[in-house]
Amino acid sequence: MFINFFFDLKQASLPVSLKEYLMLMEAMNKRVVDSFNVNDFYYLSRSALVKDERYLDKFDRVFGHSFKGLENPEGETTKEIPEEWLKLMGQKYLTDEEKKMIESLGGWDKLMETLKQRLEEQKKRHQGGSKWIGTGGTSPFGAYGYNPEGIRIGQKEGKNKKAVKVWDKREFSNLDGDVELGTRNIKIALRRLRKFAREGAETELDLDNTIKSTAHKGYIDVKMMPERRNKIKVLLFFDVGGSMDAHVKICEELFSAARTEFKHMEYFYYHNCLYDAVWKDNNRRYNDNIKTWDVLHTYPSDYKVIFVGDAEMSPYEITYPGGSVEFWNEESGETWLTRMLNVYENAIWLNPIPERYWDRIASTSIIKQIFSDRMFPLTIEGIDQAMRELNK
Amino acid sequence: MKFEGTSSYIATEDLKVAVNAAITLERPIIVKGEPGTGKTMLAHEVAKSLDAEIITWHIKSTTKAQQGLYEYDAVTRLRDSQLGDEKVKDIKNYISKGKLWNAFESDKRPVLLIDEIDKADIEFPNDLLLELDKMEFFVYETGETIRAQNRPIVIITSNNEKELPDAFLRRCFFHYIKFPDPNTMEEIVEVHYPDIKKDLIQEAFKIFYDIREVPGIKKKPSTSELIDWLKLLMTDDVDAKILREKDPKKLIPPLHGALLKNEQDVHLFERLAFISRRENENVE
Repeated sequence: MFINFFFDLKQASLPVSLKEYLMLMEAMNKRVVDSFNVNDFYYLSRSALVKDERYLDKFDRVFGHSFKGLENPEGETTKEIPEEWLKLMGQKYLTDEEKKMIESLGGWDKLMETLKQRLEEQKKRHQGGSKWIGTGGTSPFGAYGYNPEGIRIGQKEGKNKKAVKVWDKREFSNLDGDVELGTRNIKIALRRLRKFAREGAETELDLDNTIKSTAHKGYIDVKMMPERRNKIKVLLFFDVGGSMDAHVKICEELFSAARTEFKHMEYFYYHNCLYDAVWKDNNRRYNDNIKTWDVLHTYPSDYKVIFVGDAEMSPYEITYPGGSVEFWNEESGETWLTRMLNVYENAIWLNPIPERYWDRIASTSIIKQIFSDRMFPLTIEGIDQAMRELNK
Repeated sequence: MKFEGTSSYIATEDLKVAVNAAITLERPIIVKGEPGTGKTMLAHEVAKSLDAEIITWHIKSTTKAQQGLYEYDAVTRLRDSQLGDEKVKDIKNYISKGKLWNAFESDKRPVLLIDEIDKADIEFPNDLLLELDKMEFFVYETGETIRAQNRPIVIITSNNEKELPDAFLRRCFFHYIKFPDPNTMEEIVEVHYPDIKKDLIQEAFKIFYDIREVPGIKKKPSTSELIDWLKLLMTDDVDAKILREKDPKKLIPPLHGALLKNEQDVHLFERLAFISRRENENVE
């Protein structure tokens, strides 16, 4: 019965595996929760299938979609709410005046009947107004209040939380990997790019080797080894100015995250496309720039290259010599980018513009082609994929 | 065996389901969440409510998976051998048990807390994969296999500093403790200070959630900080009226040091207070 739900999750590209599904089945089998309670099932399946808060929101959406028919707020309410309880709540919260009004309508039984009738008549969700069960006004049911997401009687704040379907609240929406970006999250994404190695000064005691050597020689012979370090080396190229102004914040975050994450990192700025020079200080870009050839010659090919830019420009700026909007470039941007890619095998492009617009921008498609499709959106998800690509 | 929350710990419905699933299926549970939402507390409370022993393994950046199983003290043995100590003949004398071994040996089902697993090296969880799955490991030095007599309830906390490997996650239940809403928060405060004044709570909550909403704040105050702040307010006997103070000159809440923990945030808050003061004056 839950197979469909499982495939829905797969389809929504949530990383769920058979092992987790079986774990959920085992839990259901052992009656961890009462299987007739949808909320408990939701909690259980969430805990068994989702392993990262980034996916919680997506999970909520799929759950809501898959089990849509399971809980019909309008249809079930008449059955769900015990009359006794309604009465009790009513007596607790109604004023004497209101109670008299109830009497004038024919007492509790009559009132409940009318309520049921109204609920059945009312096919659509209803917000505000006075005819149907809503808030305040002329309807005799005004005192109870009707929540558009379910039923809430008595308006005691938040005590009957069950009224609103939990997953419909989508409380985790801002934890979705496609949405939120912060330095902390970027750092975590960047950590994919790690390659540990022991290099440099020998500062740690190599115990195993010491023992071996001591046993071999018959006297204590201390052996040392270098510390384990991340030896990944990165070159970052940032597009600045013009259309990139809108993305300054996210670039700053990426920059600060990268700086703490990579010990060997160099960064450069360019505008729109890579030409014969880059610079490190935006105030002195015309006086103090660095020839791109120098960059290519200075940093060995085991550096990983990350370009950050929106790739949004006139196609001429890439394909033709002299296409740059700022100065006369002897060679086209394409030539320079290809040169760069020939030296550095591991290179990717991060684009702050959402992926769905890429195809509509000619220059973006060209650059994507030059990078043989190694362009990723500047989201946690995208950085994650990009780092995997760089690790290949 | 079922966990229902304790008199000193408010567990939400979803947390209870997750913990009970982990207990019943004998699988580890990973607990994540903002700092100060009671991740570590959870393990202690589960142990308390189930009347089980708690074994805590704090993870540091230098912690190795092997240390949780056992350590073989080769250096001492080497020294003893040179001194001609009799102990040296039995290798068992030089094996010190780790937390996992302790947990496996326990007669009654214990709670094993692996605290802040993300602090360790990125490969750390992978090294514990089999040990946590099968609840057994092999001691090479003595050739014996240590098997859990009672599979411990394993609670793992993470602050999200490193991503955990998929293979590891697949074997665990997962729960993300979200920041408590005002209602839950009220219950939590009530557990800690049963005799606090209602109006004080209300005003304090308002300020607390307002501060959390301030855009650009570096470190949002958490539950534990609220609890501390309330304690200060109570010991200083601050009146609810002072908190309600709308006098723009006193916009910074009293004893704010308990809530705002770095100077940038305090500056930011002062600046905001200054701006709103100016706006108020303009209105007048």
